Amino acid sequence: MILHELTIGELTAKLASKEVSSREAMLACLDRIDAVDNRINAFISLDREDALGQAEAADAALAKGASHNEQSLLGVPVSLKDIFCVKNQPANCASKILGDFLSPYDGSVVQKLKQAGAVIFGRVNMDEFAMGSSTENSAFGRTCNPWDLERVPGGSSGGCAASVVAQECFGSIGTDTGGSIRQPSALCGCVGIKPTYGRVSRFGVIAFASSLDQVGPMARNVHDTAALLGAIAGHDPKDSTSVPAEVPDYVGGLDVNLDGIKLGLPKEFLGAGIDPEVQSIFDAAVRQYEALGAEIQEISLPHTEYGVATYYILATAEASANLARFDGVRYGDRVEGDDPFALYCNTRGKGFGDEVKRRIILGTYVLSSGYYDAYYIRAQKVRSLIKQDFDQALEKVDALITPTVPYTAFKAGEKTDDPLQMYLSDIFTISCNLTGTCGVSLPCGFTSSPKLPVGLQLLGKPFGEQELLKIAYAYEQATPWHKERVML
Amino acid sequence: MEYEAVIGLETHCQLKTKSKMFCGCANEFGADPNTNVCPVCLGMPGVLPVPNELALQLTALTGYLLNCEVPEFAKFDRKNYFYPDVCKDYQITQFDFPSTTTGYVDFEFGSKIERVRITRAHLEEDVGKNNHFDQHSGVDFNRAGVPLLEIVSEPDISSADMAYDYLNALKDILIYGGISDCDMEKGMVRCDVNISVRPKGVTELGTKVEIKNMNTFSGVRRAINYEVPRQIETLESGGTLVQETRRWDDDAGMTETMRSKEHAHDYRYFPEPDLMPLRPSEAWLEEVRKHVVELPLARKQRFIQDYNIPAQDAEVFVGNVSLGDFFEKAVDGSKNAKTIANWVINNLQARLVESELTIDELKFGPEAIRELVEIIDVGEISNKGGQEVFTELFNNGGSPKAIVDARGLAQVSDSGELDKWCRDAIDANPGPADDVRNGRENAINFLKGQVMKASRGKANPQMVGETLFKLLKG
Repeated sequence: MILHELTIGELTAKLASKEVSSREAMLACLDRIDAVDNRINAFISLDREDALGQAEAADAALAKGASHNEQSLLGVPVSLKDIFCVKNQPANCASKILGDFLSPYDGSVVQKLKQAGAVIFGRVNMDEFAMGSSTENSAFGRTCNPWDLERVPGGSSGGCAASVVAQECFGSIGTDTGGSIRQPSALCGCVGIKPTYGRVSRFGVIAFASSLDQVGPMARNVHDTAALLGAIAGHDPKDSTSVPAEVPDYVGGLDVNLDGIKLGLPKEFLGAGIDPEVQSIFDAAVRQYEALGAEIQEISLPHTEYGVATYYILATAEASANLARFDGVRYGDRVEGDDPFALYCNTRGKGFGDEVKRRIILGTYVLSSGYYDAYYIRAQKVRSLIKQDFDQALEKVDALITPTVPYTAFKAGEKTDDPLQMYLSDIFTISCNLTGTCGVSLPCGFTSSPKLPVGLQLLGKPFGEQELLKIAYAYEQATPWHKERVML
Repeated sequence: MEYEAVIGLETHCQLKTKSKMFCGCANEFGADPNTNVCPVCLGMPGVLPVPNELALQLTALTGYLLNCEVPEFAKFDRKNYFYPDVCKDYQITQFDFPSTTTGYVDFEFGSKIERVRITRAHLEEDVGKNNHFDQHSGVDFNRAGVPLLEIVSEPDISSADMAYDYLNALKDILIYGGISDCDMEKGMVRCDVNISVRPKGVTELGTKVEIKNMNTFSGVRRAINYEVPRQIETLESGGTLVQETRRWDDDAGMTETMRSKEHAHDYRYFPEPDLMPLRPSEAWLEEVRKHVVELPLARKQRFIQDYNIPAQDAEVFVGNVSLGDFFEKAVDGSKNAKTIANWVINNLQARLVESELTIDELKFGPEAIRELVEIIDVGEISNKGGQEVFTELFNNGGSPKAIVDARGLAQVSDSGELDKWCRDAIDANPGPADDVRNGRENAINFLKGQVMKASRGKANPQMVGETLFKLLKG
């Protein structure tokens, strides 16, 4: 048994039977990090002592008879994107601007993970302030795709995906604003779900675009993803946009029976631009679903083509305000100036990276007097139309099925000079954030040469995570892809 | 040419809540800097606002008190600007869909009732306070996030005095409704004033000047009294006014340019995505309406009309609500409201102040005052006896009648006994008696005094006078 290779399901069984201790599991992760992370660079920072302390506490609880029925993740090491606030731990959002900032509080997801007994450790890399699709926009260096170190892991939750796939943790928690969980999950070959907006609290998550951001788990298979989601989902009085809906038993709802399930193939997603090998792998996945008993029907999402433009107006508008607070006055790095204005310019000029600046400028522009109606208001209207498309489509089918990304992991630097090309890598994932619905990505095959994972995306109804995970699980159990392990 | 001023006011007042607008920190004045703060009101990374329910209720209540509409849909917006006292570098406020719209305030101005229309009263969060020291500046965020209501008037005000009276009327309403303590000393009320002038008879508005952030009503009055002539003089000397924001320098007694229109902020308002829109239900509004109180002006008018008391007395009962309520209960079923008002204002209020007691701590109820006035009216006791009864009431409680009995304060109105006292007084004082007989009627007062003395104050003075007169003038 190689401890770091276990799934969460396998690990919890061994923890319960005392075959393995949480400390051993945590040490296995730390050893693995020591062995591979100099190549992967998934971790920005790591508090080993704190991690082992949590693991020992979990072992003590297990010794006293605590069970995984009450604490589903008891003793399970889970890594966190550098966007979550953990008391007395750094929170940099992969930016220079936060300097040596330590969060004075635990965010709600962190509290929930702690309540579930998880050992939360590490700050994994991301695109600065979650802005990017390759984890290249990080002040802490780029993260490498475990399948090919020359290539990007996707982003913005690239560190999460890489740490899961490189077996440096058993699961990871990321955020998804336009595909930031699903896209790196696809490019690295793990499972990741973006829950319905309002399903998981955003309190304690450094905001990028408040109306689009959603927290979600990434793991090695659907079962583990469901287990993590169950632990973090639920209403939070500290987040006015979180929804007081019952949290179903996601793990208990997993089932391989797809009888009567209808999957919609959005014809607008299947135009030009998809890599032929990705297309054929995707086609095979669709056939696999048919073979498993699902009914496939073509549906239309007529406003899809406006998704990326709409997204980049709304997301940047919200970001321009959300990132204003990083001004050097109260926390983070400050570069002095002769007056407050100069202090702001110096601090922000030095602290933010290019992509963040680009988006702040764009967002400031679309909100400014004289342009607001033409951009922001119009984009809100288009957003409603896209939502309408989804509502209508999801009345006809149980879920939509698409490739997660039109291509496989690209080489580092390949798209950094062309932001627009970079933005288009989210073309299939972005609508789901605009509509606030849920979406999951799971591996559906590998290209032959080089061997790179391909992701399948399923988009579900609002608060339909259970159904969506079930549909994903049935496919996963019938295919070998989730068993593929990267050689490092 | 004759000019007139056109003035509108934006009045900010802090709501009377226990906690801040979007977090649980105390809404409290005077604490040490940055002690009433938390990650939310400091704008730490990752925090989210949660609206204060009481603040939402007080806002709707203000709407009802200011005769506003309370729309079915309202929302919060972000107002973006960089300043060290704004912890998130945007302020959460309400832009195009405020919680209340289109109302008015009626108030007394001179001998008339004037009306200033209210454009809107919207809810926002207060900002911190910048403090400047020798070598550095500091920000105190205790005030950041305190719920703040911005009450915007239409430009219906035409003078400094009218602005002053409007502000006081507004303040009274807010205090009355329990909306705000409006403590100026604690900075709970701040005003921006928009002023323009135009030739009389012209309908278009002149160039608007905004004077920002004044924290006393007298400052507002003085600023207007400075600014209006300044604008008129500028125009009359052939100059033009520029649209600008000015600052009032209270020490110098003048306004000065802060920023011109070209440098006006573009606040880039957009809907606050962290907060759900407000859609108050009918049941919720009904609950708010239960807290609607009678407004000061309406109360004054009602007291004057219903109780036929002088305006000054009515004002006392408007200014001191609990005293007025006590008066209303005392007056219930009595025909002599005026006398009851006198007792409540001259005696009760004075004693309360003297003894530093509140009306709730009294040892007697309003019906005791009614009874006291009644027994004085029917002559059962004298006014002087009444004072004694009141003192006993105030000190030890009880009922006036019981006090009269216990202390033997009842007046003698028995004609036989009075007759005897009067004859004795006439016999003992032939001089004054003759004077009265000879038409010097003032002399009767001396005889009256003798009777009162003989009766040890118990004789009914009115009846004594009548009896003496009858005996002497027949």
